Amino acid sequence: MKTSPNLTDIAIKYGFLVLMAGLIVFFGMMADGFLSPFSAVFILQSVAITGILALGVTATLVVGGFDLSIGATATSALMLSSYVMVVWEMNAASAVILCLLMGMGVGLVNGLLVVKMKVPDLLATLGMMFLLVGLQRIPTEGRSISTGMALPDGSTAMGTFSDAFLMLGRHRLDLFVPKLLPLSVVFLVVIAIAVWVFLELTRHGRLMYAIGSNAQAASLAGTNVNRYKILAYMISGTLASVGGILLAARLGRGDVASGNNLLLDSVAAALIGFAVLGASKPNAFGTAIGALFVGILLQGLTMLNAPYYTQDFIKGGVLVVALVFTFALSGRGGRGRG
Amino acid sequence: MNDQAIRLSGVRKAFARNQVLRGIDLEIPKGQVTVLMGANGAGKSTLVKILCGVHAADDGEVTLAGAPFAPETPSAALGAGVVTVHQNINDGVVPDLDVASNLLLDTLADGAGFFVNRRKMRQRAREIAAAVGLDIDVGQQVADLSLADRQLVSIARAMAHEPRLMILDEPTSSLSAVEAERLFDLIDTLRDRGVAILYISHRMSDIRRLADRIVSMRDGMISGVFEEQPLDYSGSVRAMLGHAITEVDFTVPDTGRPVLEVRDLVLRDGAAPFSMTAHENEVIAVTGLVGSGKSDFASVLFGLDQPVSGEVVLDGKRHAPGTVKEAIAAGVFLCAKDRLFNGVVTDLDITRNITLPFLSRHSRMSFVSAGSERATAERMVNEMGVVCQSPTDGILTLSGGNQQKVMVARWLAEASRLLILDEPFQGVDIRARRDIGHKIRETAGDRATIVFVAELDEALEIADRILVMSEHSIVGEHRNEKVDVSAIMAQVVHAATARAAGK
Repeated sequence: MKTSPNLTDIAIKYGFLVLMAGLIVFFGMMADGFLSPFSAVFILQSVAITGILALGVTATLVVGGFDLSIGATATSALMLSSYVMVVWEMNAASAVILCLLMGMGVGLVNGLLVVKMKVPDLLATLGMMFLLVGLQRIPTEGRSISTGMALPDGSTAMGTFSDAFLMLGRHRLDLFVPKLLPLSVVFLVVIAIAVWVFLELTRHGRLMYAIGSNAQAASLAGTNVNRYKILAYMISGTLASVGGILLAARLGRGDVASGNNLLLDSVAAALIGFAVLGASKPNAFGTAIGALFVGILLQGLTMLNAPYYTQDFIKGGVLVVALVFTFALSGRGGRGRG
Repeated sequence: MNDQAIRLSGVRKAFARNQVLRGIDLEIPKGQVTVLMGANGAGKSTLVKILCGVHAADDGEVTLAGAPFAPETPSAALGAGVVTVHQNINDGVVPDLDVASNLLLDTLADGAGFFVNRRKMRQRAREIAAAVGLDIDVGQQVADLSLADRQLVSIARAMAHEPRLMILDEPTSSLSAVEAERLFDLIDTLRDRGVAILYISHRMSDIRRLADRIVSMRDGMISGVFEEQPLDYSGSVRAMLGHAITEVDFTVPDTGRPVLEVRDLVLRDGAAPFSMTAHENEVIAVTGLVGSGKSDFASVLFGLDQPVSGEVVLDGKRHAPGTVKEAIAAGVFLCAKDRLFNGVVTDLDITRNITLPFLSRHSRMSFVSAGSERATAERMVNEMGVVCQSPTDGILTLSGGNQQKVMVARWLAEASRLLILDEPFQGVDIRARRDIGHKIRETAGDRATIVFVAELDEALEIADRILVMSEHSIVGEHRNEKVDVSAIMAQVVHAATARAAGK
């Protein structure tokens, strides 16, 4: 059955990485300063938040689910952390902890809806998305949160974003060049490695993949399918709240309008990840590469002065190409014998 | 007068470098049932796929009623009068639609008109159903039908095309004896109408009942054609395997101490309580029709279901697992039926499919040890004789028989107290069936083994003791020495016919 690796196999396996390398070379030649460390860091910073969210989506994709509520969870974390610090005048640690608990809780509810109430995952998380988008605006009557804002009861919010909190989104570490590496990029890298290790090297990750491929078979092999599904949604919710915290720390205000693209960008990154190294399935490494790919593309185009409104179009194109790589070329599922 | 419905000459097909068909010359006459036999991997499915328009032949010629026939799509083949009923019954029907819509699906897909005229449709559907003797309400959802009725629906649908050639690919693999008989009657009707029938099966009982002629295939070639009456069955099997079927002869060994004791178990309300004991070094086959309660019994032992009443004792301790995990921890393993639904994890390779239930034994602090997994997989692949390039190949690169070997290997990889195998020979060719049966018996020394099979042949082939199940209870017990097959058959069918007659 086995054939020697031919051109198609190579294209499936390395095509996307070659495409990315080509893109870097192209932008490097065409745009001055594209290959500088600052440009690299800028790209990483721009993908840090969507990358973290995308890793969460990956966890739900692995168990055969889908989480549409990540964007809303992230913006809820953004609003919650602002509210905690500005209105309740609490410190950074409380804000972070409350946000993480909120994310975990959202994931738990999503998981229970899917597993216990048998709501299809797309519908459950879509419902949750609407719920959160509405909920996060109720306390402030739809306004953004910043120091000095007027509250619904007529008083003025006097709290501020603490420096420790803002550091999460704005601090830069010294790496070769002083103040080069943003802390958010460090978070991305650490989380990506952690998710990769969890999914690829541990028993739990293996069982999650088994559930995504054939839940019935996994269950008959003694796996607690429901518990792993809930776990996947909790990972997703928690990572989304981490993304929201980083976004709040970068913006320094609870901006109701931000984070519109988070959901689509991170889903795109996770799906592009299917194509990396011919995985044909959700995987953490691919997701990180997928996020990076989109970041490189957009940064390069920006430096070449392509107008901002072409960005979504380009992203869509990349996604379609990646999906073709995944599904058409690799032809999921080997061809059985006669 | 040309009485050959379809004629193939020199048909070849290769996938990459794998030659699957190496020059097939075959004629299938009208008004006869031609049985095609072949081990898994012989090329039967590929041949069928060429005839029904899924694959194109690389070389060779096919003529249908004298005219060249090279369908590019399944619907082209259908249009030309070649109708295929696939092994997987649910491939042939749309469960969420009613019977009428299913019967007329091809007409709907052809797209005559835009709106659906319900009344007219039902009328037409009733005509089609009546033509094949299918007596059901055409307004019923297909999802509510039994597997056998679903299959009749898909055949009835095919009949609407006035077929020249009907191909049936292992159609009885999910049917009980009574249901299969209904199908055979229908096939008789079709034969009398002059339809050429190509019937693919491993089951000798089907073949004896139906065959007018037998064609054996081996390694992508026709290895024998048998049409002289009486048909030479053993010759056809020899041609298919390259050697003859030998009756499996083994002596029933002395059994060890009791492992499983079932006392007055009631599987569902109204069923008679039954008791049984399974010993070490003993293989028990539980046989019975589909729906006789075999799966329910297995479910109770494996923690998937709770009995109405009664007691199960394993090694002297009460065994009432609430979950699969508890059952496995107690040493009760179940190799489930329908491997593609219940067993095979397509995204995992052979190694990972084998180690799935016992991953914690291959991991430390949750981290999976690749070396430990590989060692187990290599050992099991060798022991079971799984034919593969490497244990890291995808599971779907294997033939059905080898996939099943992997499924059995999964549960033989660790020692069990009670091993339950539910239909372990489903969709498996004779050679793999022998290998699997042999392995089950060979390893049976330290545990009790219960095999659930609907086919009596399979029970006779593997078991020391045969229990007959009917109406959710055990109605007969036979030691597998000089057994009276007709007595077993009588017990198998008795309750079912009594039930059918009684109501």
